[in-house]
Amino acid sequence: MADLRINFAGIQSPNPFWLASAPPTNSGAQIHRAFEAGWGGAVWKTIGAPVLNVSNRYGAWHYGRQRMLAINNVELISDRPLEINLREIAEVKRAWPDRAVIVSAMVEAKSQAWREIVERIEDTGADGIELNYGCPHGMSERGMGAAVGQVPEYCERITRWVMEAATIPVIMKLTPNITNIVLPARAGVASGANALSLINTVNSIIGVDLDTLELTPSIGGKGGHGGYAGPAVKPIALNMLAALGTDEIVSKSGIPISGMGGISTWQDAAQFLLLGAGSLQVCTAVMHYGFRIIEDLCDGLSNWMDEKDFKTIADVCGHSLHRVSEFKDLDLSYRAVARIDAQKCIKCNLCYVACNDTAHQCIDLVSAQGTLVQPYSYDVRSNGKHDAVETRPQPQVREEDCVGCRLCYNVCPVDNCIEMVELPSGRSEVTWSELSENQTEVTEDWETMKAYREKVGIHIH
Amino acid sequence: MESASRDNAKALAEQLPPLTPNAAAIEADRCLYCYDAPCTHACPTHIDIPRFIKKIASHNLRGSADTIFASNLLGGTCARVCPVQELCEGACVLGADHKPIAIGRLQRYAMDYARANQSYPTVKTAPTGRSIAVIGAGPAGLSCAGQLALLGHAVTILEKRDKPGGLSTYGIIALREPVEIAIEETRMIEALGVQIKTGIEFGKDVSLSALQQDFDAVVLSVGLGQTPGLAIEDEEAIIDGLEFIESSKTAPASLHVGRSVIVIGAGNTAVDCATIARRLGAERVTMVYRRTDREMSCYRHEYEFARKEGIEFRFLTQPARVVLESNRPVGLECLRVELGAPDASGRPMPMPVEGSEFFLPANQIVKAIGQNKLALAAQLRLETAKGFIAVDQNFQTSIAGVYAVGDCIRSSGAASTVTAVEDGKLAAAAIHQQFVHTPTSVEVS
Repeated sequence: MADLRINFAGIQSPNPFWLASAPPTNSGAQIHRAFEAGWGGAVWKTIGAPVLNVSNRYGAWHYGRQRMLAINNVELISDRPLEINLREIAEVKRAWPDRAVIVSAMVEAKSQAWREIVERIEDTGADGIELNYGCPHGMSERGMGAAVGQVPEYCERITRWVMEAATIPVIMKLTPNITNIVLPARAGVASGANALSLINTVNSIIGVDLDTLELTPSIGGKGGHGGYAGPAVKPIALNMLAALGTDEIVSKSGIPISGMGGISTWQDAAQFLLLGAGSLQVCTAVMHYGFRIIEDLCDGLSNWMDEKDFKTIADVCGHSLHRVSEFKDLDLSYRAVARIDAQKCIKCNLCYVACNDTAHQCIDLVSAQGTLVQPYSYDVRSNGKHDAVETRPQPQVREEDCVGCRLCYNVCPVDNCIEMVELPSGRSEVTWSELSENQTEVTEDWETMKAYREKVGIHIH
Repeated sequence: MESASRDNAKALAEQLPPLTPNAAAIEADRCLYCYDAPCTHACPTHIDIPRFIKKIASHNLRGSADTIFASNLLGGTCARVCPVQELCEGACVLGADHKPIAIGRLQRYAMDYARANQSYPTVKTAPTGRSIAVIGAGPAGLSCAGQLALLGHAVTILEKRDKPGGLSTYGIIALREPVEIAIEETRMIEALGVQIKTGIEFGKDVSLSALQQDFDAVVLSVGLGQTPGLAIEDEEAIIDGLEFIESSKTAPASLHVGRSVIVIGAGNTAVDCATIARRLGAERVTMVYRRTDREMSCYRHEYEFARKEGIEFRFLTQPARVVLESNRPVGLECLRVELGAPDASGRPMPMPVEGSEFFLPANQIVKAIGQNKLALAAQLRLETAKGFIAVDQNFQTSIAGVYAVGDCIRSSGAASTVTAVEDGKLAAAAIHQQFVHTPTSVEVS
């Protein structure tokens, strides 16, 4: 059985799963229950400056039957008195010495304020501190949260204050609401932070109520942008995680990264690990289903690691990072085409309409006799399940015309029905970088490009 | 008596409850939105099913109902009575390894919305000055009349019964379609400007030649006739299945059901009769059929439904004589049957075994063995096909300007409400085309 223990910047945890700093970690009682369920650690909901909250603070993006594909919130940092939070943190840590208890903090951009909060957190016996530079609403209007995270210089300055005061590991949490995630990460490295974490929530407006014409959710008739999180943001988080893992300065520094953003299943978790996360934080999935999901997160991850022969989390960490590439280094000669498994195909024709209307018009509808069939071409007097089913044509890819765009593969509702099959292109491997270096004119002039295409046999459809 | 009425009506109340908004949303979201969908192909009226379902999913119920009406004006009836297992749902791509979308019940959901909100089609065309007489206010006639009205024509339906709706009103058991649904649909057709005159019998109160004088076209949607005779002794003691169903709908309180009931026949109407008997308290209901479950004409799902209702089956059994005591039936004397070579219908010929008489006790016997073709065709000297009125591709009979639709022309294929509706729709389009190609005789001032 795989060893799920981690040592993240000196913070020990029996498994890589921590509750992210958010409503699930609002109180000692909640975290007790989470630890009983098996969570490896918890990042206490941010403590610091005094706040007041509003009702209707959570909105959500549902798609079809999937509730909470993402959640959005305008909840602020902890609205419970600092003393109560600090007391409960100490109690939790005493009761659960083997779990990671990290405290998220956010105070005014004053060195004295940061020094004080760091000292008070350390007095609780907590294992680490996370700096909340990400909160995108409310706190940012007061010069905290994302207002810091969006300016690398502020990140660096404040983290330096913290590092001067702190004796326990410090994790700097990044906001995704920035053009280049690498810059605040480098600031974190420069300031001597022990670790980074990402992503905080994304700026968002959930929608407008079509009856009242007010924003959703409506807070007394008004609303505004809130922090967006959950399964829908996972690809954004993975991209930012990979951006740090492939940045020379950040990756060379060896600074560990705690990954989060939409982790709901062990598969999500494994992907974050493969792209360089050393610990994992979860919020929305817990807010949807409760603490109990930790069981399959650990169980599924452990079984997958056994299957793949990964012994430890550290073995998995960053394993796929070397696959992350820029477009200019992709092989332009790589050729794949879609192939539809007629045995598995249920003939919904979603691949057909997607390809025909929006891609490259290379899927045909073929009758059992092998003739091409136009959609909706049956006789109006034909009816009944036998007519409909027996005469239904089979979608078939014209491989010679398929550019391998993979749209049909994505829309197909049947698992493993459409396969992207690698075919020899007959061309030797070449990247855009190589082309622009060795045959510059091909990459700059359409006529030369045309001649090149003809020479090597590239057909554009 | 009043409580019996309530009890009987309750026992025969619509079987399936409407989908709740939540159930409808879950089911609608499950639809894959197939392109050129097989459900639409399988539907005889070719309703754009994925489209109306996606509109349920997007909470555009008005648009969903409009989508259904665009192909089928009797969507409310069809949602309830269609053998969806053989049509749309039977063709659903999700059926192969999972569960087809509950298309019928979703359609009913949209149609219930239309009824509750009176969100019905309206005529958007100027009057054409053409007039059409439709004989019979059953599904085929209503569909044809409604479509013609939408095209701007003036339509009058002549119906011999007291109420319009045809089999929807009188012949479909309330379990599947309550009378109110059928009647409401006829009101919707009337709201399109169609005049429905009830209590007028074609051939008796009004002649074809009179109609030909007054109207530009005549459409016959007269359905079929009575249940044929069995030609057995004391047959008068046997109740006609269609009349049995009719009284279960129009006067459930006064419908007497025996403790032990035999239903002769194994079609869908026979199953309906047996179901009524069972639901209204018969302790034992037995369906008697000459052939076996392989040849019976009811749908498979109806057979399964009947078995679940606790209805018994006696196959390879032919009625020979009604046994009476004090003029009341006490049972049916039957003969054992062996199957021979295929007959004209393509099914094995039932051959009664001489001397194999046996007795099945029953104090009520109902027969549901199909319907006779009407003598009308002969009276009007119309050409026929297998006894049904013969029509061409445009539903025109051998008399120019006289069209026929519905069960009275169904010489092949399954006779069903939805095919009748499609007949009416196609005939309306053909009649309209005919008008377009013939200049109007109405004077223009």
